[in-house]
Amino acid sequence: MPPVAAALTDGQWHRLHPASPLLRGGIALIAILGVVVANLRERLVSLFIPRFDEGGDPVDYVLDHGLVLQALVVIVVLLILFIAGFYLSWRMHTFRITNEVVEVRSGILFRTNRKARLDRIQGINIVRPFFARLFGAAKLEVNQAGQNSNLQLSYLGSSAADDLRREILRLASGTRLAEQRAAAATPQGLLDRRVAELLAPELDPNLAPPESVVKIHLGRLVGSMVFSESTLILVLALIGGGIWIGTTGKFYALIFALPSLLGFFSFYARRFTKSLRYTIAGTPDGVRVGYGLFSTSNETLPPGRIHSVQVRQSLLWRPAGWWEVRVNVASHSSNKGADGRANTTILPVGSFDDAARVVALVLPGFELPNFPRVAPDDGFTNSPRRAAWLRPFSWRRNGFASAPDWLLLRRGAIWRQLVIVPQPRLQSVALSQGPVLRMLRLAAIQLHTVSGPIRAELGAIDRDAALAFFGHVAQAAVSSAQRDTSHRWRSGEQPGLTTGGLPA
Amino acid sequence: MSNRLELADVSWRRVSPKLVWVELAGGAIVALVAAAIAVGMFILQAWVPFVIVSLFVAGTLVKLVITPRRVRSIGYQLRDDDLLFRRGIMWQRFVAVPYGRMQLIDINRGPVARALGLSELKFVTAAAAAGVTLPGLAEADADALRDQLVELAESRRAGL
Repeated sequence: MPPVAAALTDGQWHRLHPASPLLRGGIALIAILGVVVANLRERLVSLFIPRFDEGGDPVDYVLDHGLVLQALVVIVVLLILFIAGFYLSWRMHTFRITNEVVEVRSGILFRTNRKARLDRIQGINIVRPFFARLFGAAKLEVNQAGQNSNLQLSYLGSSAADDLRREILRLASGTRLAEQRAAAATPQGLLDRRVAELLAPELDPNLAPPESVVKIHLGRLVGSMVFSESTLILVLALIGGGIWIGTTGKFYALIFALPSLLGFFSFYARRFTKSLRYTIAGTPDGVRVGYGLFSTSNETLPPGRIHSVQVRQSLLWRPAGWWEVRVNVASHSSNKGADGRANTTILPVGSFDDAARVVALVLPGFELPNFPRVAPDDGFTNSPRRAAWLRPFSWRRNGFASAPDWLLLRRGAIWRQLVIVPQPRLQSVALSQGPVLRMLRLAAIQLHTVSGPIRAELGAIDRDAALAFFGHVAQAAVSSAQRDTSHRWRSGEQPGLTTGGLPA
Repeated sequence: MSNRLELADVSWRRVSPKLVWVELAGGAIVALVAAAIAVGMFILQAWVPFVIVSLFVAGTLVKLVITPRRVRSIGYQLRDDDLLFRRGIMWQRFVAVPYGRMQLIDINRGPVARALGLSELKFVTAAAAAGVTLPGLAEADADALRDQLVELAESRRAGL
């Protein structure tokens, strides 16, 4: 175990990186104060010193009236107050990691205390905003299920954050196995260390075997943005606006179009820089998603924290054969994911092979079937012909399948998609039928998982098939939940049999 | 052959018939308020809102008439490992929730239900969409059922 993390996980209370208060908001505060003072200097001075009405520079005023001493005292007192506040908030912000919980205490006047149980951790996120990266600091976020229930350690030393994540995951996995890691030769000088950290590859090569790593090609990233729905909206708006201006001759309207165009371009630029250096890799302790060029972020999702997976493709992407993979997870990270979209988009764009590899990473043991191709023997029970009244294009491919541990829903002819729900994560199942479905002897199935962008629903399937599926799913949900041990995902492992890329 | 959804081998436990009065009271208040608005619109000779509100009143009245049947359609069964729930005639809905998925159980009593000695029991899981709500249980039954469900969930505890 690296000495820093060993010291941090000894169950005692520890403090954060000393620059934390400054990085968390101190700099912004000082900048705001500076702007306010620069703009309202004379107003402020005349507010506090009503006699002061001579105009000109306050410094001259102070000098002229022999107030140098008083002014210096005020400035020093203010500075001391600021520093004392920062120091106090740093002193009072402590955390500890035991074998059961991660706990944080913070606040000067209003104390808060937050505990996260290790076996309930939904993910660990390390964020390095550009400014914090310069200081060699990183923010570690322990994600828990539920709204606003994450536990943040901001900020920690950059390498301490990495080590700490590994240790928390090791403690959470239920293995009592101490892993030795060859200490990498770290450059000695402070400047050398910063430069090495800034230039380090986004993903530690020791952490994941290279064959499990999925990256996004630059061309594909650009292409996926060009052929996206937002581009379609932009083009339609441009054409519509052009025709309107051309026919009415109101050329001054162009002035108003400019800001929205700028907005569009900044939106694309943000998506682009955030998706750069995007990697997904399988590590022994779950899937690791990392991205970012200037501000970087990477999140580890331990096994069994993915509640459903969706592989989908819009019509615009079909000629290129691109797919998007999204997931439902129980936690809500406070940091936006790549593209500025929610972190639930786990693969923004990729070929079908990439999508299959990502799905295999997030659902270990699952092999993505070639679901875009409809064949009689592909295991899917599709809608009957009479469902064409309700699903005129997609009735042939609107169906479900069940594997021993997974439930699969395939739907959509224009927006093709496959939803995979791991049975141990299924919360409940519903079967419903309205009057129109009843007339056609059809029914609808809903698989309930934690809330997220994916709705695992399937409409317009045969009534008898739906009834059978409902019965099967209700039974399977119970039995697979009882077999599941993923909350302590490595508890069955024997010492010495560790899998994965870590050197023993 | 029926097109309706029917599950085999299920003996449904029904909720109290007194729930009809609770539903009627709620529906009647909505209908009265809507009718008052309709009269107001009629006096103001605002015909389009009048027609819309009148249609709404008619719909509410139809719903009131079929209330006894709607209440009879609500049923539940405690199976070995999961709770099975059904409701609806026109829009049928069946839900199966494993006991181990329980996060918490809510018991609510509205004013009319309380006067009639009824409670509403809500089974909450990590999925927001499940919506298993058992209205119209006698107060003692609801408390007993809650304790039973909590005990069952405890013995079949599963993670998220």
